[in-house]
Amino acid sequence: MKRSKTMELGVGLFMLAGIVGLVFLGLRVSGLSLSLPSDTFQLEANFANIGSLKPGSRVALAGVTVGRVESIELDTEWYDARVLMELDGQLEGQLPQDSTAAILTSGLLGEQYIGLSVGGAPETLADGDTLRDTQSAIVLEELIQKFVSSMIKE
Amino acid sequence: MIERIRHLGQQGCALLEALGRAGIFLGQSALGVPSREGFHLWLRQMHFVGVMSLAIVLVSGLFIGMVLALQGYTILVDFGAEQALGQMVALSLLRELGPVVSALLFAGRAGSALTAEIGLMKATEQLTSMEMIGVDPLRRVVAPRLWAGFVALPLLTIGFSVVGVWGGQLVGVEWLGVFEGSYWSNMQSSVAFVADVGNGLIKSLVFALVVTWIAVFQGYDLIPTSEGISRATTRTVVYSSLAVLGLDFVLTALMFGELS
Repeated sequence: MKRSKTMELGVGLFMLAGIVGLVFLGLRVSGLSLSLPSDTFQLEANFANIGSLKPGSRVALAGVTVGRVESIELDTEWYDARVLMELDGQLEGQLPQDSTAAILTSGLLGEQYIGLSVGGAPETLADGDTLRDTQSAIVLEELIQKFVSSMIKE
Repeated sequence: MIERIRHLGQQGCALLEALGRAGIFLGQSALGVPSREGFHLWLRQMHFVGVMSLAIVLVSGLFIGMVLALQGYTILVDFGAEQALGQMVALSLLRELGPVVSALLFAGRAGSALTAEIGLMKATEQLTSMEMIGVDPLRRVVAPRLWAGFVALPLLTIGFSVVGVWGGQLVGVEWLGVFEGSYWSNMQSSVAFVADVGNGLIKSLVFALVVTWIAVFQGYDLIPTSEGISRATTRTVVYSSLAVLGLDFVLTALMFGELS
């Protein structure tokens, strides 16, 4: 009976370790946060070219992550990309109306993210508003084309 | 010529018969009503199949994580992208290496032992004696082993991935000098919980079922001689390894094939 108790303890510890491991994988490795989904708000922005931005990409303000890209779809009226962002609820009613969004790249080969910069207007953005002033992703081929055509002109 | 075709047909029938037997066998033993005594039998098997396999799985996970970090670093540093080391280590472990390597180790460590144990019970006619005294050997012997394997392998896979990520950090951050913050933050921004951790777990559940099923069936279905036991043990390891690798390709194609 004594041996059975230690065996039970061993199996229990084993299963507990498995659950702790899963929590570790969730929180530390995949960066799951336990915040409630209710304290966020959404903003839209239209970009002429989104490069390789994906749903789930981060949205940063002054380099600090403040949200994620929720969805990306084609706007058939203007033929550009409409990006829906989900931002931290703390910022609701804090961002000026003329804030701008740009698609930036982290590092030379890193992933692309949206960088917000704060404007100066007194009116603020509310849930569901659209950012007017946007800057598209830099596409390397277009840059090279511009460079080559300017070389030819010279 | 006709004789050869007949021979082929014979083999086909034998294969289908074996598959059918294995299916009925799985159904009968998995559906056994759990009782208090069954729980204790399961616990004993969990100890043997799970806890005792922990050491080999964790040590392998540590070394594989360390090797991944070392190899990944030498490739990534050429592109100046060694910050992406964390995401490379974590994604390869969670999606592929964790489930597959743990399942292969599990087949070698626990699967072969299950086959040999059940096979010897059959060869020494313990299974027949159980039937004689009115105890169902499927429920008494096979079901606890099947369920223990099914529960233990996913837990072992989680342990493997956790230790592997830690091993990657040990080599990448402590030894090769990748910045610790970018190791973890790149990992967190690229690993999705449901798509990567969840799919890896589904993979290891499938592997657990297949490996344990093959192991107990080979033990139950073998020819009860010493040669039969050795053949069946070999078959367990060979079949489960092939099944794991083949199924891994199919599952990966289903899960990650249309990702981008």
